[in-house]
Amino acid sequence: MLLQALRIALRSLKVNKLRTALTMLGIMIGVAAVIAMVSVGAGAQARVAEQIQSLGSNLIIVLSGSSNAAGVRLGQGSQTTITEDDASAIAREVPLVQVAAPSSRGNAQVVYGNLNWSTGIQGVTADYFEARDWPVEVGRPVLQEDVDGATKVALLGQTTALNLFGDADPIGQIIRIKKVPFTVVGLLSRKGQSSWGQDQDDVILIPLSTAKKKVLGVSQANARSVGSISIKIRPDEDMAEAETQIRALLRQRHRLQPYQDDDFWLRNLSEVLQTQEESSKVMTYLLAAIASVSLLVGGIGIMNIMLVSVTERTREIGLRMAVGARSRDILTQFLVEAVTLSLIGGVIGIALGIGGSNAISALAEWRTVLAPSAIVLAFGFAAAIGIFFGFYPARKASRLDPIEALRYE
Amino acid sequence: MAIIATEELGKDYHLGPHTVHALRGVSVSIEPGEFVAVMGPSGSGKSTFMNLLGCLDRPSAGRYWLDGQDVARLSRDQLATVRNAKIGFVFQMFNLLPRTSALENVELPLLYGGISSRERRQRGRARLQAVGLADREHHHPSQLSGGQQQRVAIARALVNDPAVILADEPTGNLDTRTSVEILALLQRLNRQGLTIVLVTHEPDIANYASRRLVFRDGRLRTDDHAEPLDAVEALKSLPEEDEAVA
Ligand SMILES: Nc1ncnc2c1ncn2[C@@H]1O[C@H](COP(=O)(O)OP(=O)(O)O)[C@@H](O)[C@H]1O
Ligand SMILES: [Mg+2]
Repeated sequence: MLLQALRIALRSLKVNKLRTALTMLGIMIGVAAVIAMVSVGAGAQARVAEQIQSLGSNLIIVLSGSSNAAGVRLGQGSQTTITEDDASAIAREVPLVQVAAPSSRGNAQVVYGNLNWSTGIQGVTADYFEARDWPVEVGRPVLQEDVDGATKVALLGQTTALNLFGDADPIGQIIRIKKVPFTVVGLLSRKGQSSWGQDQDDVILIPLSTAKKKVLGVSQANARSVGSISIKIRPDEDMAEAETQIRALLRQRHRLQPYQDDDFWLRNLSEVLQTQEESSKVMTYLLAAIASVSLLVGGIGIMNIMLVSVTERTREIGLRMAVGARSRDILTQFLVEAVTLSLIGGVIGIALGIGGSNAISALAEWRTVLAPSAIVLAFGFAAAIGIFFGFYPARKASRLDPIEALRYE
Repeated sequence: MAIIATEELGKDYHLGPHTVHALRGVSVSIEPGEFVAVMGPSGSGKSTFMNLLGCLDRPSAGRYWLDGQDVARLSRDQLATVRNAKIGFVFQMFNLLPRTSALENVELPLLYGGISSRERRQRGRARLQAVGLADREHHHPSQLSGGQQQRVAIARALVNDPAVILADEPTGNLDTRTSVEILALLQRLNRQGLTIVLVTHEPDIANYASRRLVFRDGRLRTDDHAEPLDAVEALKSLPEEDEAVA
């Protein structure tokens, strides 16, 4: 019976081709808009999620140097105010902290064979990898013994490895950083761009102690000073609370009076990104909601045309009833017709939406993500619109009085 | 046993405070194989009576047995099923589905009887052949003459092997010769055993039936039997030229 209804529906849709096409247009545009808009929103979300991933979760970073009264931060490391001891104190005294890893950064020329490459040199301790969620892809990380013994070992970021070694295996090779030979012991996994667009894989990690002695130099004021501390907070702990406790501890250790500004810079970057993630989610919902309005308008178009169709075909309905169609046969026929309209419109709309989403990413160079769930959802939504807006006209048809319908002019 | 039996059948229409007594207690019995003409002036209740016989409406009073089944108190959907199984309708305006082939029009009642598509096709073709339109099965109504369209409608009324054919002014839109041709077809079917009830206000047409029911003010006034005219004979005396007009 349903198949029969489908055949009848297709025939009647074919009779009024232009009208059918115009009615479908509403649903088509609606579905296409939902898919394209959701893909734009999902693209933005994916970008933020990636940044969070690359940053490391639950990360708080303390940088040396102050934000002065005017709120303008002097360059990083302009005042070397934080120390390795601050890092151990944070790890020891703030229970929310899982690990606190001090590190110092500088730039240097690196030579391998006749190739050379200018890159960032990061002096790190064994905890750094855990703090930054940065696993080693091949080889081994910097170990406690390396830091204790100031060994000349190095781990390469993916970009650095590519520039110095190409496709060759760098492990075990000797590179020279500021003319000091280092053995490459590991290759870091890819981390991608940071949220401010910096290539995080253009780096070499060496033991912090070695960095101070051989590459970056030691601060005259304090041999224990470092450029930054990467702090990983235990999972599911309150980041804001951790931030408050760390700030209080550092201010106490640095003997700052209440009227004095911080002499360090403390950033909870994952919080910033989480806020961004939230807002990109909200944006996705908003875009989907706006696009849904056009789908709704398309649905009203279907209802309008179905009502016209029921009126036009009153005599046909009367005849069908006279020869034995029950109310539900008529209901099914018109419902199937409405749903067919919306589903065909939906399928074309999906194609348009996918095309539109690709066009947006190509022309506007926005990242878009076509989630299959969004497509299924839009299609289901189109079907639901067909049923919802087709139901009233169909019910109206099914309730006609056969005698009056047969007599209708 | 009677195919149609009514007992004090009544129908009232309520128009605001007014009540129209369209039918006031009609008792009639129609045997299998009868060819009955229902007559009467406009507003006398002919259509109301036919709508009740056709199970398109329910009576306000009285009882109605169709083919032995009491159908006066059935629900809307039960009536639809009864119509599908027992009744064939022929209308003044033909009421064929536009842009639909003759064959598919004939098959339509079978669609609602849950008949397989192969059997529908087979029975549809057989009925089209019975009304002499086997070679027109793919024609749409707009490609057929009025007489041909009414033949398709008769084939459609026959397709379910109904207990009775109900025809409300079936020749009202046809010229004289075509009307008589349609009556010849109905007479032939009647001789094969089909029961026919036909509404007409033209005595000329009623002469081809073997029994006449005359209504006045919602009551059955006359019920008489008469020797019917033979439509085939009548055709011979009608001028051939009318064919071109049809
Ligand atoms: N749906 C209706 N509502 C109100 N009155 C009706 C309706 N149908 C018929 N009538 C009235 O019932 C009476 C009989 O009508 P009808 O059976 O159509 O007569 P006929 O077919 O003999 O011309 C008329 O007075 C008519 O006005
Ligand atoms: Mg009438």
